[in-house]
Amino acid sequence: MSIIVKNLSKQFGNFKALDDVSLEVPSGSLLALLGPSGSGKTTLLRIIAGLENADSGQVRYENEDVTQQSPKDREVGFVFQHYALFRHMTVFENVAFGMRVRHRPKAEINDRVHELLHLVRLEGLHQRYPSQLSGGQRQRVALARALAVKPRMLLLDEPFGALDAKVRQELRQWLRQLHDEIHLTTVFVTHDQEEAFEVADRVVVMNKGHIEQSGTPQEVFDHPATPFVMDFLGNVNVFHGRVENGMAMMGALNIAYPDYPHAESRNATAYVRPHELDIGHAPFGTSSLKARVMQVNPAGSVAKVRVFSEEFGLALNVDLNLERYAELKLKPDDVVYVAARRVRVFMPPSADYSI
Amino acid sequence: MHSIPKHLPTAKVASTSRGRSAQEDPWWVRWTLISLSVLVLIVLVILPVTNVFYHAFSNGFGAYWKNLTGDPATLHAIQLTLFVVPIAVFANVIFGVAAAWAITRFRFPGRTILTTIIDLPFAISPVVAGLMFVLLFGARGYFGPWLQQHDVKILNAWPAIVLATTFVTLPFVARELIPVMEAIGSEEEIAAISLGANGWQTFWRVTIPNIKWGLLYGVILCNARAMGEFGAVYVVCGRIIGKTETMPIRVNTLFEGGTAASYASSFAVASLLTMLALVTLFIKIALEHKTQADLKEAAKITQAE
Repeated sequence: MSIIVKNLSKQFGNFKALDDVSLEVPSGSLLALLGPSGSGKTTLLRIIAGLENADSGQVRYENEDVTQQSPKDREVGFVFQHYALFRHMTVFENVAFGMRVRHRPKAEINDRVHELLHLVRLEGLHQRYPSQLSGGQRQRVALARALAVKPRMLLLDEPFGALDAKVRQELRQWLRQLHDEIHLTTVFVTHDQEEAFEVADRVVVMNKGHIEQSGTPQEVFDHPATPFVMDFLGNVNVFHGRVENGMAMMGALNIAYPDYPHAESRNATAYVRPHELDIGHAPFGTSSLKARVMQVNPAGSVAKVRVFSEEFGLALNVDLNLERYAELKLKPDDVVYVAARRVRVFMPPSADYSI
Repeated sequence: MHSIPKHLPTAKVASTSRGRSAQEDPWWVRWTLISLSVLVLIVLVILPVTNVFYHAFSNGFGAYWKNLTGDPATLHAIQLTLFVVPIAVFANVIFGVAAAWAITRFRFPGRTILTTIIDLPFAISPVVAGLMFVLLFGARGYFGPWLQQHDVKILNAWPAIVLATTFVTLPFVARELIPVMEAIGSEEEIAAISLGANGWQTFWRVTIPNIKWGLLYGVILCNARAMGEFGAVYVVCGRIIGKTETMPIRVNTLFEGGTAASYASSFAVASLLTMLALVTLFIKIALEHKTQADLKEAAKITQAE
């Protein structure tokens, strides 16, 4: 079942949580709403579930307009960040709850609960209370409980946020597997880009109540649409400079920028990821930046080098693969030249540059 | 927003990590304080309470029983109390749950003021509370003439006793529930609704089991206070013997009766009220453990997150 969100807006007091957001979640896909706290991602998820009402806009499940429907009638499986398990009920009763309130026959409830506990690998724990379970187990009970009512879609609010790193890693792989088995349209909220990219088919990056970009993890990572996305998806080096006549001039780095063929010079910012920079002992043609090595950290899968350009007062992070690092034999205080293999230039909206 | 009842876990106040020597006062300070408290308790609490039972049973159990059941007016007072108190407690439960729900689940203007107003009956002298009802429903009160015309009797009858009792006990249930419901939060209720439960199912299957010990605790305290209420009832009931006397009022009437027999009867009824107090005390201790466990559980769950 696909989810279509049209022009949603929501305000809390003076705070605009959602500002004219439109989104389509294709049927059977696993989509991540990614963004920092306060970006509106949880509000959007709660509005899709009916736990929150939008000030304006529309939510549709396939062709059915559910904007005015109560959460009770929407048949949505919702998993809360803090599990929200019923603390006075056993695991069995927690999972059975949705069927009990629908007055399903006992035998059916019994079968379904055991089937789900098998699915979330919690057989044998059905007599336990939530307080006797670990965080990861609680989250799986919450998932089983949400799935018990055969929901039309599964919505998860920061499902792994409260868990420690190792359990989180296991659970997200498991969620991906589960999704491949049951093919339920799933939306989950996260602030962890790694989690979003690892688990989701599609990623929607949100910021300040609107959608910055949406696409496959590959698209979003390789072609960030805005400076925000670029910045949010990991380490970047930022260069401030100008563009004119199809060239971007960022200090000593001159890079072809055919997108701006005009003669009029404009302010621009260039973003380069650490692995997109290269270091050499000699200048790279005409476009490289002279800098001094400050710090070298070869521990890990890449060597992290920090260099400083005195001329421009600019510190840069460079990631070198280990072969290149071995070849260069870098030491602190070496004078080196830095070149960019690839940059992304963003110009501020034209109204800005007259300042 | 509201004062915290004393049975709440005060985890951060008492720190055990503090050195023992710093907390230990000289022996004479300890002994003076301990003896003083024990002495005060003996003189002001234990002796008088025992004395009530001593007087009540001084002529044997047979006489005690006769004192309680022999006089129709006394029997009627007991019946009236047993009739009035459940109504007042029931009204309090309804009000308490509704108020606690409103205060902890909704954000509305005047929310904090409402929390304060709930406590008002604790601050008002019961006599004044009684007078307020007289001013409303008395012959010269606002509704008095209208009530007389329509032949509705409130003052000097059981409705006034119920009203006065409900008024003075109003905060008990709400005050117990507000901190419990605040600590538990609304997430489980929202989860229940997202699973297809309606409001009623959510309330009975999720909310009530979570707050049941706190609720029962409030009911027990409310019940004890309602049975013992004297001041407000004294003003509104008219003290018609055999008609509008509750147990505490009856104790007073018998005590002022002047004869040795009425004196003994007075202590017999008083002993009943005292026994109620003792039973309440024990139930209270048991329930305190339960509510404390609930709150700890709530704190643990929030902490784990």
